[in-house]
Amino acid sequence: MQRWLVASTVTLSAIVLLPLAVVASSVLSIDVDLWEHLFSTVFSDYVSNSLLLALGVGLGTIVIGSSLAYLMVNFDFVGKSILSWLILLPLAMPAYIIAYTYTGLLDFAGPVQILLRETFGWSRGDYWFWDIRSLSGAIIMMVLVLYPYVYILARTAFAEQSYSYQKVSELAGYTRWQHALKVSLPLARPAIITGATLAMMEALADYGTVAYFGISTFTTGIFRTWFGMGNIQGAAQLSTVLCMFVLVLLVLEKHSRRDASKFQSREHAGAQRQRLKGPVAMGVFLLCLLPAVFGFIIPFLQLLSWSVQYASVGDLSDFLGLVKNSFLLAFAGALIIVALALLVSYAKRITGKRSLKYSEQMLSLGYAVPGIVIAVGVLIVTGWADKAFNRFTLEWFDYRPGLILSGTIATLIFAYAIRFASVALQNTETGFARLPQKLDYAALSLHGGLFRMFRKIHLPLLSASVISALLLVFVDILKELPATLVLRPFNFNTLAVRAYELASDERLLDAALPAISIVIVGLLPVIFLTRQLNKSSV
Amino acid sequence: MIACASISVIETYYHLRCSLIFKSAEVVIKKFIVAAMLASVFIPAVSAEEVNVYSGRQEALIKPLLDKFTSQTGIKVNLVTGSGDALISRMQAEGELSPADLIIMADAGRLVRANQLGLLQDINSDEILRHIPASLRADDNHWIALTKRARPIMYVKGKTDPYSISSIADLTDARFAKQICIRSSGNIYNQSMIASLIILDGEQQTLEWAKGIVNNLARSPKGGDRDQINAMVAGECSIAIANTYYLGGMLTSDDPATRAVAQQVGVIWPDQDANGTHINISGAGITKYAPHKAQAQALLSFMLEQESQQWYAEVNHEYPIIEGVKWSDELASFGQFDAQKVDLETMGALNDEALRLMDKAGWR
Repeated sequence: MQRWLVASTVTLSAIVLLPLAVVASSVLSIDVDLWEHLFSTVFSDYVSNSLLLALGVGLGTIVIGSSLAYLMVNFDFVGKSILSWLILLPLAMPAYIIAYTYTGLLDFAGPVQILLRETFGWSRGDYWFWDIRSLSGAIIMMVLVLYPYVYILARTAFAEQSYSYQKVSELAGYTRWQHALKVSLPLARPAIITGATLAMMEALADYGTVAYFGISTFTTGIFRTWFGMGNIQGAAQLSTVLCMFVLVLLVLEKHSRRDASKFQSREHAGAQRQRLKGPVAMGVFLLCLLPAVFGFIIPFLQLLSWSVQYASVGDLSDFLGLVKNSFLLAFAGALIIVALALLVSYAKRITGKRSLKYSEQMLSLGYAVPGIVIAVGVLIVTGWADKAFNRFTLEWFDYRPGLILSGTIATLIFAYAIRFASVALQNTETGFARLPQKLDYAALSLHGGLFRMFRKIHLPLLSASVISALLLVFVDILKELPATLVLRPFNFNTLAVRAYELASDERLLDAALPAISIVIVGLLPVIFLTRQLNKSSV
Repeated sequence: MIACASISVIETYYHLRCSLIFKSAEVVIKKFIVAAMLASVFIPAVSAEEVNVYSGRQEALIKPLLDKFTSQTGIKVNLVTGSGDALISRMQAEGELSPADLIIMADAGRLVRANQLGLLQDINSDEILRHIPASLRADDNHWIALTKRARPIMYVKGKTDPYSISSIADLTDARFAKQICIRSSGNIYNQSMIASLIILDGEQQTLEWAKGIVNNLARSPKGGDRDQINAMVAGECSIAIANTYYLGGMLTSDDPATRAVAQQVGVIWPDQDANGTHINISGAGITKYAPHKAQAQALLSFMLEQESQQWYAEVNHEYPIIEGVKWSDELASFGQFDAQKVDLETMGALNDEALRLMDKAGWR
C-alpha cells in the first residue's frame, strides 16, 4: 500500500513536472550573444525590479493580511460578520483589471487629476501627483488583491493558538498588544510567511500589470525575448533563472517553518475574544474595511458603472456561455488539483520519503513561472505524446486519430495543475502539519488501512485547509490568462479571455462587463466557502 | 475533429475496462454516453465543412467577418485567438497533426517568423494572389497582407503647428524635449517601425534617432496607443506616435468623452518627400499541413472581397489593400499619404535587431 502510494505520487509529480523540465532543459545550450546583450543592457533592471516587486508585495501582504487576521480572530465588534467575507472579495479581482481601473481613475488623463487641474488652474509640472504606473503602483495594486492569501492562512493559525498561551501571557503581566507581538505573531509566523510566499510568487509571475505599467521585470523580459527577438530558447533560459530565484524563496520559506509544528496544537484552541464597543469598535471596523474598499469596492463600482453605461444587451446571450465555461473549467480544475495536492502531502506524511519532499518542492515552482512559459512546456510535451500515439496507432491499426491531447480541456487543466499546484499544496501541507503524528499511530493501530484513515480521520480534520485550497485554486483558474489563451480548444472562450482581449486593445469600457463577471462568478464560491470556513475553523 | 478524437479516447478507455473487468455492456454504453455528453459540454459540435483558424488578432476584430463567411458559404469557422508567437509555438508542437488551416496575424513579423519555421505553404491561387501587389505578400506566396495600418505622428489641433514637423527625424530636436509620448519597445508596432528605419537609414542612424526619442520622452513608456493619445490631449505631452485605427476607434466610440478627446487630435504624415510614413500589415497564410486547404483558400478570397475589405476599413479603420474600396469617414479625414516602401519580409526578419537596438537606446 505504501509503495503504491509513493509510486503513484512520484509518477504523477513527474508528469506534472515534465513541461517545466522541458523549459529548464533550455539552459543546455546557452546563447552567449543574447546573454551578453541582456547583461549589458536590461538584465539588471529585470533583476532589481522583480526583487523589489516581490519584496514590496511580500511586506505589504504580511502587514495587511496578518493584522486583519489578528483583529478578526481576537476581537468581537459590530459588523464583523460582513467583514469576514468582504475581506476575501479582492481575491476575485484579477491584478491587471484592478490596475486598469485605478489607472483610469488616477492617471494624468483621469478624472481625479483633471478635477485637480481644473479646480486649482494647474497644468503639467505645477503639482506633484503620485504616478500610479510605477513600481510602487504595481506593488500596491498587487498587495490589494493578494493580501487575502496571508489573511486566510494567518487567520487559521491565530484561531488555533492555544488559549493557555494567552493565560500565560496574562500571568507574565503582558498587555494584550504585548501578547500579540511577542507571542501570537511569532507563533503564526510560519503560516504568514507561507501566505506571503504565495503572494510573492504570484507577483513574480504577473505579466498584465507590469506590462501595462511599463516596468521591466523578468516576466516582461521573457515576453520581449520570445516575441520581440523570436528567441524562445532565451525566453526559456530567463524563465529558468526566475525559477532559481523562487527555489531560493521556497527554501527560505521551508527553513522558516522548520520547527513550526512543535507549538501548534488544536487543544484549547481559540483565544478568548475581547468584545469592543463604541468608537474603538467603529475604528477597528473601519480599519478592517479599508483593504476591501480599495481592493474591491472602489474598482467594483467603477467597473459596474462602466458596464451599465456601455454593455449592450446583444452581448448577454453569448455571455452566459462564457460564464458557464469559466465556472466549469475552474471548478473541475480546482477539484483535480486539490486532489493531487492531497495525494502528495498525504504520501509525504505517511512515508516521510525524501524524494517526496523534493517532488513537493518542485511542484511548487510552477506558481512563479509565467503562464505562457508553462503553456509552451505543455505544448511541447503534449505534442510529443500526440505524435507518439499517432505513430503507434498508425503502425498497429493503420489509423491516425490526430491530436488527442493538444487543444483539449484536459491539457488546459494539466497546465493549471503545474501553475497552481503550489497554492493547493501550501494549504494541504500546513493543514497536515497541524495534525499531530500520534493521531496516525492511534488510527493505524486499529488496522483501518491508509485510505480509510485518510477518509475517516484526516479529511474531516483537514476540511478547512481543503476548502481554502479549493477556493484559491478556483479563483486563480478563473483569472488565469496566458495559458488559457494559447492552449484552449477551438471556439472556447472564458470571461478572462474576453476581458483581456478587450482591455489589451484598450477598450476598457467594453472590457468592464466580462471583468465584472469574473468578479461575480468568483464571488459565489468565496461567499459559500467562507461560510464553510467559519463553521469549520473556529 | 478534436471532439471525435477525445471521444474516441474515452471510448477506447471504456472498451479496455470492459474487457478487463467484464462489466456488462449496458453499463459501458451508459458510461460512454455520459462521457460523450461531458465532452460535448466542453467541445462544441463540428459540422461537416469547416476551416480551422489560429488567429493572432483578437476575436472582436475578425469574428463578425468570419460569421458572415459561414452564413454565405455554409463553411463553419473554428477559431482560437491568442498571441501570435504562442500560436506559432502551438503549431510547431502539433506538427503535421495540427488542425490549423489558416493563421491570421496582426503584423508582418509573425508571418515571416511562421514562414521561416516552415509552417506555411504556397497559397497557390491566382484568384487570391492577383489582387495583391507583390510588396504586400511573401516572395514565395506563403502569406499575404489583408489590411494595412499606418503609424503617423499625432498632435493636438491648435496647440502644435503641423507644418513645423515634416519628418520623424524632427522629433529628436531639442524643441520637443519632454514632449513625446510613445509606448514601450516591447510592442510590435515600435519594433516594426524601428526595423523599417534600420532598412532605410541604417543601424547607426536609427540608433541615434531612438536615443533622441528617448531623450525627448515626456514620461517613461507605458500603456497602449490610445493611452498616448489620451495623455497628449490631457497635456502630458504635445506629440504622440500611434496607429491610426486607434484614433479611428476613439472617434467612433460609444463614449462621448472618448470622442471629445479624439476630435482634438490631428494627424501628421511625416517624411512625405522622402521615405514615406511607416506602415505595417495584418495578414494570413495557409498552414503546411492544412487539412482543409480548399476551405482556407475560400476564406482568404472572401476576406479580400470588396465587402470584407470595406468592413475592415469602416469598422476597424484599417486601410484596405484592394484598390477602389471606400475608406471610413475617419480614415478619409486623416488624409492620403505615401507609405514607406520597405520589403515586409526583411522588416519582419529584422525584428530581433530592432528590439536590441531599442534596448541599447534605453527605450524601455
